[in-house]
Amino acid sequence: MFFKNRKMSKWMIFLAGLLMAGKVNSQVKISGRVVDGKKKPVYGVSISIKDSYDGATTDSAGNFRFTTSEKGIHIITATSIGYRTTEVEVSIASDPLEIEILLKDEINELKAVVISAGTFEASDRKKGTVLTPIDIVTTASGNADVVGALKSLPGAQQVGESEGLFVRGGTATETKTFIDGTLVNNFFYSSVPNIAQRGRFSPFIFKGTVFSTGGYSALYGQALSSALILESIDIPEQTSANLGVTIIGISGGYQHLSKDKRSSGGLNYNYTDLRPAFALIKQKQEYELVPIFHSADANFRIRTSKNGIIKYYGTFSTNQLKFYTPSLDTLTYKDGFALKNLNTYHNLFWRENLGKGWKMQAGLSYTYNRDDIESGLYNSGNEEVLLHGLEFKNFQQLQKGQYFNGKLVFEKRFSGLNVVRFGSEYNYTDDQTEYTAFNGNVFPLEIKEKITSLFAETDIYITNDLAAKVGGRFEHSALLNKTNLAPRISLAYKTGKNGQASIAYGIFYQNPERIFPPANTSLIFSKATHYIAQYQKVTSQITLRAEVFYKKYQALVKTIAVNAQQIATGNGGYGDAKGFELFWRDRKTIKGVDYWISYSYLDTKRDFLNFPYAIQPSFAAKHTASLIVKKFVTKWKTGFNGAYNYASGRPYYFIATDYQLGKTEFTDMGKTPDYNNVSFSLNFLPNLGKKNAKMFAVYVISISNVFNFDQIYGYQYSYNGLRKEAIVPPSKMFLFIGAFLSFGVDRTEDAININL
Amino acid sequence: MKKICILFSLFVSFHFAGIAQNEKYIKAMEDKVSQIEQARTVEKWQELSNSFERIGEAEKEQWLPFYYAALSRVMMGTMMANGQQGGFADKTDPEADKAEQLLAKASALTTENSEIWCIKKMIATLRMMADPMTRYQTYGMAASEALQKAKQLDPQNPRTYLLEGQDKFYTPEQFGGSKTEAKILFEESIKKQESFKPVSSIHPSWGMGQAKYFYSLCK
Repeated sequence: MFFKNRKMSKWMIFLAGLLMAGKVNSQVKISGRVVDGKKKPVYGVSISIKDSYDGATTDSAGNFRFTTSEKGIHIITATSIGYRTTEVEVSIASDPLEIEILLKDEINELKAVVISAGTFEASDRKKGTVLTPIDIVTTASGNADVVGALKSLPGAQQVGESEGLFVRGGTATETKTFIDGTLVNNFFYSSVPNIAQRGRFSPFIFKGTVFSTGGYSALYGQALSSALILESIDIPEQTSANLGVTIIGISGGYQHLSKDKRSSGGLNYNYTDLRPAFALIKQKQEYELVPIFHSADANFRIRTSKNGIIKYYGTFSTNQLKFYTPSLDTLTYKDGFALKNLNTYHNLFWRENLGKGWKMQAGLSYTYNRDDIESGLYNSGNEEVLLHGLEFKNFQQLQKGQYFNGKLVFEKRFSGLNVVRFGSEYNYTDDQTEYTAFNGNVFPLEIKEKITSLFAETDIYITNDLAAKVGGRFEHSALLNKTNLAPRISLAYKTGKNGQASIAYGIFYQNPERIFPPANTSLIFSKATHYIAQYQKVTSQITLRAEVFYKKYQALVKTIAVNAQQIATGNGGYGDAKGFELFWRDRKTIKGVDYWISYSYLDTKRDFLNFPYAIQPSFAAKHTASLIVKKFVTKWKTGFNGAYNYASGRPYYFIATDYQLGKTEFTDMGKTPDYNNVSFSLNFLPNLGKKNAKMFAVYVISISNVFNFDQIYGYQYSYNGLRKEAIVPPSKMFLFIGAFLSFGVDRTEDAININL
Repeated sequence: MKKICILFSLFVSFHFAGIAQNEKYIKAMEDKVSQIEQARTVEKWQELSNSFERIGEAEKEQWLPFYYAALSRVMMGTMMANGQQGGFADKTDPEADKAEQLLAKASALTTENSEIWCIKKMIATLRMMADPMTRYQTYGMAASEALQKAKQLDPQNPRTYLLEGQDKFYTPEQFGGSKTEAKILFEESIKKQESFKPVSSIHPSWGMGQAKYFYSLCK
């Protein structure tokens, strides 16, 4: 039996051999062509008979050809990056087969149109970004301030006398800043007359920046003009310590990364003392107390799952200053201004993937801010004096603010890139002001506000070439006892391989500013309606953007001066802004040089606050332009950055109040000369690229207004409007020198970036 | 008896078919693997990657086809980069993504090994090269970590020396690159290559040609 079987198996081998030979002889030729939806050939497509080795790759004409020994009913698959895999059922007999396969575009982030109207994004992950995170810190005119570099983008004004982003004819308060989704209440250091303050946050704690100059998403609200959306960094790559010594202070910090790289924590301390710098660079103000800042921050970050993370970031800072300037109100006397600030900010954020296409983001933030302001009139011996008729100049103001923000967003992803987001936001503010007049009379004021919002939006990708974002936001203000509903719509259409056109429309509401005590009439939300059309062409080396916009303001707050204090009288204000903007960035034409040019044309008028009628406001220039150039010379291990910023003259005026008639009028008007600024900075990195070096050093020199241009931001008037004086920067030129050392980690990238 | 006979013969024939299948696999793989050392163009690497992927999808249990498909993909991306420094992320990122998917399939079918980590290193380097200024810290670090891991898992793997040498070769001197150090590494790779014994005719043994080519450039 055994033998018999052996025989049999031998026989079978023979048979099988015969069969195989037969198979070899009966190879069938399969050929064809692969085209896309536009009937264009697709190159590099992998064609295969499912579950067999047989197949081919299409050539540049979309053609393929192969032979197979498979027989019968089979499935032929065609796969290529960026297309949906297509399957075709074929019956293979002995005759050659010819098939044409149609590949449909896969809707994916790389190919799809980007909804970009009104938005500038700095990120290294997504495409279509205009800036990279590095640009935020290597823009010479940016002074390593988060908003510095953004001022060189179209839409933003070159306002130097106060902090903030003035966007498309809007005031700085019409731009709101968000960190990890939640509102930040005191993003900048507390205001000082005629000196723009920096942002409180280091640009190095952010990995992504979205600067919307209009038409922003329904996830954000309470900003009539613009939203600055910042995303904080995740877990660092390595444990490190750093030390910085500069002309304006010292800083040190330590960041620890756990062994399993799933959590990290760190502490930083920063001491800023402007005495050495002010001794070197003469300031316009006469300082009694040169600004001194202490700030400490702490963070921890814990990875909760593959895509989940919990992040905490908190700061504590204090600063104080006191200075005198010659008084315009009474000659030979001086105006004194003193400020003490205490601020603490805490942000807790949790992002989690919930599975089945669901994601969640939750954020909580708390801020406490206290400003002690003292204003007074001083004689030449710096003694405080009280002059008859000018008593209003001597006062104290204590401002205490507590702010709590919470936000929860759910996201559900459907097929393709279609997404629905919805959630809720809660903003609590408690502002206490205690105004103490020259005679000791105290005027306390407390305003509490609770704003509750609900929002939803959806991204709909009809095809790779056509997408829409449709959203709405509902807000309720407890203080105003009013609700609003704001629709937001944008559409984007891909016009070619790299080009796309977008339009956006949206309504935006904002509460009246809290600095104005309420009048008898109740106030309502101020409202802005945005219309934006954009064309952009982006390749990896070149970006071109052109945008036109129209913005309509309604229900702006009007005020009247009562005892030198502005009081809100109602929402009778209005205005509009229209213009066009161009942006061109090129990393290709000049080898090794990266430059961008931006230009904005703005035509705006508004009637708000105590304006007698609608006029171009003093913070808006008609023409604004910037040229930013960067070059890194590897041989010298040095980066050179230059910037030129231009703005045409801005209007200035004096508004006099006729108390009897309860009216205001312009009693003086003018226009400042054009604004020009050339800044330059260089970074020297001697340890660059030395692998395994224990220490990395970065030396920075930066100079603003290199050519000593006269810069006039506007004019300030005496209380009666009879005398005026130009508002100019505290010093014509500013010089910054610093050394930054980091230990234990290769901070080459940071190093390339740092440009203070 | 007849039944047993048939059953037994069926068993034998299945067994035979198994051997035939295995032979077919080895043969198909040997054919493709032999083309790796000669591949020089984007098109060739793409074709190889597609072919290996087809074999992988048909076999389902073998890690090597997916390993080679990932290798060919990352090489394809590297060829697309063509020595440029940055500015091509939109072109090479999809290839890096695809290579990563293929490598994930390979990893799932085998135990952790030096060769897998070599490909991980190559993918990270491809991503880094696409935009060095912004990606140095993330992908540059990921690449060097993957290479360390590959070395640790098999200090005799000649490909780790080749990859390290290429890093030294392409990095500007100011950033820590060195042609002399690269030369030593290529030399080491060649030496290791000569004594390297692949597990089978289709296990990874590539890199001699590249190492010799780069070594010649260092002279």
